[in-house]
Amino acid sequence: MAVTVRIPTPLRRLTQNQAEVEAEGDTIESLIENLEASYPGLKERICDESGNVRRFVNIYLNDEDIRFLDGSATAVNDGDDISIIPAIAGGSSDGERD
Amino acid sequence: MYNFSSEQIERYSRHIILKEVGGMGQTKLLESKVLLIGAGGLGSPAGLYLAAAGVGTLGIVDDDVVDMSNLQRQVLHGTSDVGKLKTESARETINDINPDVKVITHPDKITSANAFDILEGYDLIVDGCDNLPTRYLLNDATVMLGKPIVHGSIFQFEGQVTVFHPGRGPCYRCLYPTPPPPDMVPSCQEAGVIGVLPGIVGNVQAVEAIKVLLDIGKPLVGQLLLFNALSMEFKKLTLRQDPSCPACGKNPTIHELIDYEEFCQVRW
Repeated sequence: MAVTVRIPTPLRRLTQNQAEVEAEGDTIESLIENLEASYPGLKERICDESGNVRRFVNIYLNDEDIRFLDGSATAVNDGDDISIIPAIAGGSSDGERD
Repeated sequence: MYNFSSEQIERYSRHIILKEVGGMGQTKLLESKVLLIGAGGLGSPAGLYLAAAGVGTLGIVDDDVVDMSNLQRQVLHGTSDVGKLKTESARETINDINPDVKVITHPDKITSANAFDILEGYDLIVDGCDNLPTRYLLNDATVMLGKPIVHGSIFQFEGQVTVFHPGRGPCYRCLYPTPPPPDMVPSCQEAGVIGVLPGIVGNVQAVEAIKVLLDIGKPLVGQLLLFNALSMEFKKLTLRQDPSCPACGKNPTIHELIDYEEFCQVRW
């Protein structure tokens, strides 16, 4: 299944600066494995040592958080849109309040 | 019927003729008290438009002074304000735009020690801060106080907005129960931000604040708005309340404010 994965800005250095990449996978889990094969280092940023999605990273299938679907086992279908959204502090360029 | 001066009727005429606002809505705005966390990139546009809209009381929390490098995006401040406290510079700008607005300045950092004292006096919080400890602090305090918070964040060319309204939708901890380790949070100092971006994101926060205050439309409760300036796309994601949330879940474990600096240094 080919889907579009939206890569958050902080992880784009691992995807040659691409904001969106195409990836294959029947579930979120296999999708992350395939992403790792194309973009080494990505999995470690998204998942912990046991392979679970880190608690400060949320993954959305279309507009739904996979935690409220089937987690990593959530099925992925052709044409789905995946967004990876980590917690970001969101601020200014000089570390001051914005 | 309403207690407007003739100047106010003229000033707010474009609001008053909107059926969603009207005289009653404008009165509500004038009686509303909104707290801006930060008078920087996000707090500037939000503060300007909320002041122009006639939000009667605007509190501003910021302990910083205006720096030349702020002026690329922090439009509450001008070149002649460099070196001034941001709260003072903001007060002058807001008073000039709309003398109806009472500005309360809090030239402090918001901490676990002063958060309740500061937040208590306001109906709604516009969060434009730039650091995770403050976001968790504001979340926990507003959940305990039951006050809505309009959350905005920016990074380079992208922004996010949502409304956390206790009792009506999820809170920040439903999304991210624990913070990322510091080395996984990109440094904004190195990252940069396109100056117009906080203008867009901060104004979305302003309109969401007005919707919540007037109870009109559908505020971004349980929805995360993502904006990308490079692709010029807006996208909405669904946010759900987590029944096991430590702050707002069925059996909350957070009953008091903690040391958020330490909390956000958690090593993995």
